[in-house]
Amino acid sequence: MDDLLRRQLQIHACKIRMGIIEGVYNAKSGHPGGSLSIADVLTYLYFTRMHVYPDNPDFAERDRFVLSKGHTAPALYATLAERGFFPMDEMKTLRHIGARLQGHPCITIPGVDMSSGSLGQGISAACGMALAGKHRADNYRVYTILGDGEIEEGQVWEAAMFAAHYGLDNLTAIVDNNGLQIDGKITEVCSPEPIPDKFAAFGWHVIQMDAHDFDDIDRAFREAERVTEQPVAIIQHSTKGKGVSFMENQVGWHGTAPNAEQYEKAMAELTAELERLEAEA
Amino acid sequence: MSDVIKKATRESYGEALVAMAEKYPNLVVLDADLAAATKTGTFKKAYADRFYDCGIAEANMMGVAAGLAAAGMIPFASSFAMFAAGRAFEIVRNSIGYPHLNVKIGATHAGISVGEDGATHQCCEDIALMRTIPGMTVINPADDTEAKAAVAAALELDGPVYCRFGRLAVPVINDPETYKFEIGKGVLLRDGSDITVVATGLMVNEALNAAEALAGEGISVRVINIHTIKPLDKEIILKAAKETGSIVTAEEHSIIGGLGSAVAEAVCEACPVPVRRIGVNDTFGHSGPAVDLLKQFGLSAEHIAEVVREAVKAK
Repeated sequence: MDDLLRRQLQIHACKIRMGIIEGVYNAKSGHPGGSLSIADVLTYLYFTRMHVYPDNPDFAERDRFVLSKGHTAPALYATLAERGFFPMDEMKTLRHIGARLQGHPCITIPGVDMSSGSLGQGISAACGMALAGKHRADNYRVYTILGDGEIEEGQVWEAAMFAAHYGLDNLTAIVDNNGLQIDGKITEVCSPEPIPDKFAAFGWHVIQMDAHDFDDIDRAFREAERVTEQPVAIIQHSTKGKGVSFMENQVGWHGTAPNAEQYEKAMAELTAELERLEAEA
Repeated sequence: MSDVIKKATRESYGEALVAMAEKYPNLVVLDADLAAATKTGTFKKAYADRFYDCGIAEANMMGVAAGLAAAGMIPFASSFAMFAAGRAFEIVRNSIGYPHLNVKIGATHAGISVGEDGATHQCCEDIALMRTIPGMTVINPADDTEAKAAVAAALELDGPVYCRFGRLAVPVINDPETYKFEIGKGVLLRDGSDITVVATGLMVNEALNAAEALAGEGISVRVINIHTIKPLDKEIILKAAKETGSIVTAEEHSIIGGLGSAVAEAVCEACPVPVRRIGVNDTFGHSGPAVDLLKQFGLSAEHIAEVVREAVKAK
């Protein structure tokens, strides 16, 4: 990846993180930890790989995205805003009564391809979209992001069997392996590990990547696009709360909004990071 | 009616899918390893490239159906009512109902008339479950003619539809040449002034037989077929409440949450008259031949007649 693109992506990702914090702070609720851990991969998808059209969000041949771990909607919304589907300022209305930015993704929001949030269901919908693409010989691709805790849901493995059986090579599922779920470490709650082995055993092509390194993300997705006759699982090793120092690797930030002081501190950190990136650009 | 033709509505379902295939090129059919029983196998035989077996995984099947619909296809997802509405309820609610996707659910083997398989497979709760989902249309056809019309109407509608079919062969009571089916419109099958029986599914024929028997006793029974439980045709029900002053409902479903509840809700709010509910009386089923079970659970013309006599006496 060339330096300019990498820097541009880092700037977008930083703005998306600011959008996440803005949204969750103003909502006084929501899920910052798992939103921050997927900010980089969403940035990469929406600014390099996916064919999407902010002026025509429902264009039939667009690439599709389903946020199976729907509680991290702030990350998706901030990404869509940064990509131009609606103003970033709208993040301040997240979860407010009468606002369109619902607590979990809702299909009526511009750019949101599927309502989701009840864990385990998004991957099935993504399979359906990929199957429709195969059925009509369309060229679009379908991406979905699951939580590493989410894959404890049995439906995920029903979907995994289905995708492999029908050879859905137009489907890429990203597992956000940040290692934490509400009740603690995934390995202590009811371990879904070894995650790569499980997907491989279910007939998927498995790729592992560093979730916060754009060069490694780029490598992983380029490899994914070369895979045929198999769905691809990208296990991304991420840091929950990535980008806000006091939220990183803290399970307490799974579903808690920052107070005013924490909000100021988080925004100050992200603003400093943005200024640094823009100065270097 | 010397030569009564009998046919299971699941057979009608399979045939209707085939009949609709050309008109709807985006129609695809999903099943969860029950194609031979749900009769989607009929469609599979005719259009193998438009049939996708999801294996024994109903939750994923409903999610796949949602994704297909979100991408512009019209999926008919099939399984037994127990699994389509029961096991997959939350997926139907959240992945199909909430985004209001154009998914059709073909649920067969509904009710006690599943027979020998017994309680685990005798779903008497599906109408109750499905009608609580906002925007879900719920259709329970009475015979072959109506089942085929229901499939056609469901495909015509843009939005989620739950169609309920049976395993047992039941008499064909509607003439396919003249029958007009409209979603949400009840059908007045027999006029009467003393009381109204509101029936759905295979109980419609039982209601007609009961009305015929009661006519001989001087009781004038109105019979209404409610094939669409949601949206409910309140107009035809309230008119009957007003004009006949007493209602008996009849369904092959729990008396909790199904047609009886829907009718009682409508009548209570706008024209309170006594409503007696015939159905599975808050109990599980058990194994046995379907015809015997229907009798045993009071899902028969004889039992309807009994309840009607009581109701008329109480007026």
